[in-house]
Amino acid sequence: MVILAIDTSAGTSVALVAHNGEVLATHDTLDTMRHAEVVGQAIMNVLADAGVSASEVTLVAGGVGPGPFTGLRVGLAAAVAFATARGIDLHPTVSHDAIARGWFEQQGSGDLTIGLRVVTDARRKEVYWSDYAGLTSGIPVRLTGPAVAKPDDLPPPVGEGSLNTVNAAAVSAIQLALVARAEQGSGITRAFQPLYLRSPDVTLSQGPKRVSS
Amino acid sequence: MSTLASALPEVTNRSNPLVLGIESSCDETGVGIVRGQQLLANVISSSMDEHARFGGVVPEVAARAHLEALAPTLAEAVATAGVRLSDIDAVAVACGPGLAGALMVGIGAAKALAVALNKPVYAVNHLVGHVGADVLGPEGPFELPAIALLVSGGHTSLLLVRSMVNDVELLGETIDDAAGEAFDKVARILGLPYPGGPEIDRAAAGGDPAAIRFPRGLTLPKDLAAHRYDFSFSGLKTAVARWVEIRRDAGDEIPVADVAASFREAVVDVLTAKAVAACVDLGVPRLLLGGGVTANQRLRQVAQERARTAGIDLRIPEFSLCTDNGAMIAALGAQLIMSGAKASPLDFGADSTLPATRIFVT
Repeated sequence: MVILAIDTSAGTSVALVAHNGEVLATHDTLDTMRHAEVVGQAIMNVLADAGVSASEVTLVAGGVGPGPFTGLRVGLAAAVAFATARGIDLHPTVSHDAIARGWFEQQGSGDLTIGLRVVTDARRKEVYWSDYAGLTSGIPVRLTGPAVAKPDDLPPPVGEGSLNTVNAAAVSAIQLALVARAEQGSGITRAFQPLYLRSPDVTLSQGPKRVSS
Repeated sequence: MSTLASALPEVTNRSNPLVLGIESSCDETGVGIVRGQQLLANVISSSMDEHARFGGVVPEVAARAHLEALAPTLAEAVATAGVRLSDIDAVAVACGPGLAGALMVGIGAAKALAVALNKPVYAVNHLVGHVGADVLGPEGPFELPAIALLVSGGHTSLLLVRSMVNDVELLGETIDDAAGEAFDKVARILGLPYPGGPEIDRAAAGGDPAAIRFPRGLTLPKDLAAHRYDFSFSGLKTAVARWVEIRRDAGDEIPVADVAASFREAVVDVLTAKAVAACVDLGVPRLLLGGGVTANQRLRQVAQERARTAGIDLRIPEFSLCTDNGAMIAALGAQLIMSGAKASPLDFGADSTLPATRIFVT
């Protein structure tokens, strides 16, 4: 019983985690431009490092973002394809939840009630953000978000101990796997929905331009 | 950091490999499955309707649609082919040329599929894939060398194919708009919807193709010297726009059928003349058409007439193999495998301007 987690919402992070929560292998590339190049080798590496064959993977956790679109899609396409190839479930997992879980884990064990804001780069001088109230049964309790905003337009944080903010440049696939594991354990399922949070850049045509004066 | 994992194994079944091909270079998500030269499945999911209101393919819209279509398209292809994914000998994927963000969806999927199945992956050229589609037809593979004219919304290329696995030469290509793009733009000028190809074809029915003498790009002697096999459709589009504007400004009614027929004639004339010239010049009496614009009735007709006159054997694969599709990618992958080619290293990326001479990533 092994979870393969893939997240390309920031760099490329891939991990193998056993269903008891034991981390078997992880492979992280911080480069935010080369997801398509590295994702295949990253999956191969974690399988090889853990000595696990692809057929032993029983669940795929795919980070649905938020994150810059082009890279985000690479990991999700890989997650969809791996799950399809092995005939196993894909558990779409919010990438910010992985960041939050990692932070909560550093604060202590068990359930926690601490306010936390997760902020990641959304490019174009904007950020993606989510607010959390704490951790319950290993699952971050998300109050607001993920959403996208200019840094100056962020609302005041809510929840207890509201000054905690994590500005993350990376997402850990280990944490993503642990969130997916906890959600599966609690019977939480999520629709496959990449969190783009922005519409495609396109404006409707105003008709053909004149070519003669 | 982790140690480098060993590479994926090479294909052992070199005589009749079962190959799954993925195509995502533009607005079609294609998954095809072939066994050697036999077509087993060719499933295409198009996002064309989502682009219609914008008058052209919007890259981000196309890329999002690829990801949504991926799982159902894969599942349908496997079901249609009546195979199990675990029986696949190799995965092939188009890695360029095309829209980078769109290509990356197919690449991410292909690599994970390959690793999940422990099978190798071949990163192949989308344009050469159009040539590869030909082997799947009922008549069997075309004799080579052959000239290939590939015409779509994104490409207008003339290739000399001596071998589709190791010897493709680019004779010429468009220096501005692709032919299909010109159809879309002229359709807009005439107030017709997207995609323009079929609309222009419909509007041209009953029109006089000789009513208006629109320019034939890069056909004057001075242009032929430097661009014998290149194409240009931007000036033609502007000429049509100017012709229409002058009459609209004067309050005249636009003879849409005549404009459409005359424009279409100019495009078809140049495409076929240059393709036939290449066949004659190079002594290669075989012409293969590919790409979505081959759906154009007038292009098929003129190509047939001119090929017959020049003693050229013309081949036009069936339409579902002419538009972008995964089967052609799988077919090229299978050809490479049968020729003994080694799989691509796993670190390839999308190359939006991959030259036609680069048949696959080594």
